[in-house]
Amino acid sequence: MLKKFEYIKAKSFEEAVDLLSHYGDKAKLIAGGTDVMVAIKQGKITPEVLISIKNISEGSYIKVSEEELKIGAITTHRELEKNPHIQKLGALIDAVRQLGSVQIRNVATIGGNICNAAPSADTVPPLLVHDARLTIKGHNGLKTFPIEEFFLGPGKTVLSSDEVLTEIIIPLPRMSSASAYWKHSRRKGMDLAIIGVALWIDVIFEDVEKLKAVKNGEIEEQFEALERSAIYCKDVRLALGVAAPKPIRTHKAEEFLKGQRLSRRTLTEFGAIAASEAQPRDTFRGEAWYRREMIKVLPARLCLLCIYRLLDSFGGEA
Amino acid sequence: MKKRISFKLNGEDIQLEVEPYWTLLYTIREVLGLIGTKEGCGMGECGACTVIVDRKAVVSCIYPVLEVEGKEVWTIEGLNVGIEGGLHPIQRAFIEKGAVQCGFCTPGMIMSAKALLDENLDPTEEEIRDAICGNLCRCTGYVQIIKAIKEASRILKGV
Repeated sequence: MLKKFEYIKAKSFEEAVDLLSHYGDKAKLIAGGTDVMVAIKQGKITPEVLISIKNISEGSYIKVSEEELKIGAITTHRELEKNPHIQKLGALIDAVRQLGSVQIRNVATIGGNICNAAPSADTVPPLLVHDARLTIKGHNGLKTFPIEEFFLGPGKTVLSSDEVLTEIIIPLPRMSSASAYWKHSRRKGMDLAIIGVALWIDVIFEDVEKLKAVKNGEIEEQFEALERSAIYCKDVRLALGVAAPKPIRTHKAEEFLKGQRLSRRTLTEFGAIAASEAQPRDTFRGEAWYRREMIKVLPARLCLLCIYRLLDSFGGEA
Repeated sequence: MKKRISFKLNGEDIQLEVEPYWTLLYTIREVLGLIGTKEGCGMGECGACTVIVDRKAVVSCIYPVLEVEGKEVWTIEGLNVGIEGGLHPIQRAFIEKGAVQCGFCTPGMIMSAKALLDENLDPTEEEIRDAICGNLCRCTGYVQIIKAIKEASRILKGV
């Protein structure tokens, strides 16, 4: 049976903020609705009023300037997936392509994925490693802060009941950097991550010929080739989903890898430190020990993937 | 409190009084009596309720009906509107290639295929798989379904 609620369409973010403060706890914000409607059907939430921001025309856009990319919070995953600028952000496009199904991506918004604050939210680790900032609208106007400060725990964010996320700002990454997201799940489609790992790395290539030669080889061959190459990590950011009550950056692991030559030893240590920063739990998707083991190995593999992406983007001229 | 909405359904303008908490699926099946669209999981996971809204495949079981105001909705019943011979090429291809087993996922599967082919007349197998990734077939007849969508693409291209 359908649970009853009123449904009000806000025409602007100002109106949404006003409606939210008017209805208080009785209201729930809805955009694409792919999380909210399911939560209502499951009886997890029982709002009396849904305030829809889906139709706010100034809420859906992807704008690029010289320094940054701005994404309107109600831009759908499908719009992101097809956008050439987003396609250059490796980690984010990896995440967007693997989120739900076409039907879900056609309506689910990036702002919704962030605000639902699931530990498994696919877009969040990529946004963390791309140093994204969020713009929030409330009664006192707009404020912008790093996405890392947004999450408090599963389903919990710093948003107060009358605030709305309006924009995601991503600094354009340096040309010598690349990023990737690995969604570790049982099936390729329609699944939540057992563990999600996003990596952004800025490197200095001194000798990459041996690595180039095994581009299509086995992962072990690639690690062997890495030993005989000279690639240095200038800067790195690593983020994990489903590894803690909220998506996290692993700052200790990052600090360790900065300035290091990439090798089997340094990458193993990188993964081990990241695993020590995680606080995974046992769930039916995977046990904590398994998640920890995966966190140990996946960052190293993502490093290789990022290096190959960089080499591809240089067209082999590195 | 009921609200009045206008939208296009299968090519025809329609006006309707709806409760704000109705889903598009409920409205289509229980109010308008178009029962071609199926309800599977009711949670947006299985794709049996897939319809097309403004050229995009969506799961109607979690789609608030008020959001179709001013939009264009197509269900399986509208697929052969204006087509001579009664069936849309995708429907014919599904029959020809044995892509229908118990039939429950078929309307959703066909609507996902329609949205794909409307946008991309010549999809790769990978693109087909991606397009129906949100449509569960419990008979597991995916191979024939993929073949049928390829066949439909061939017919629609006029090759």
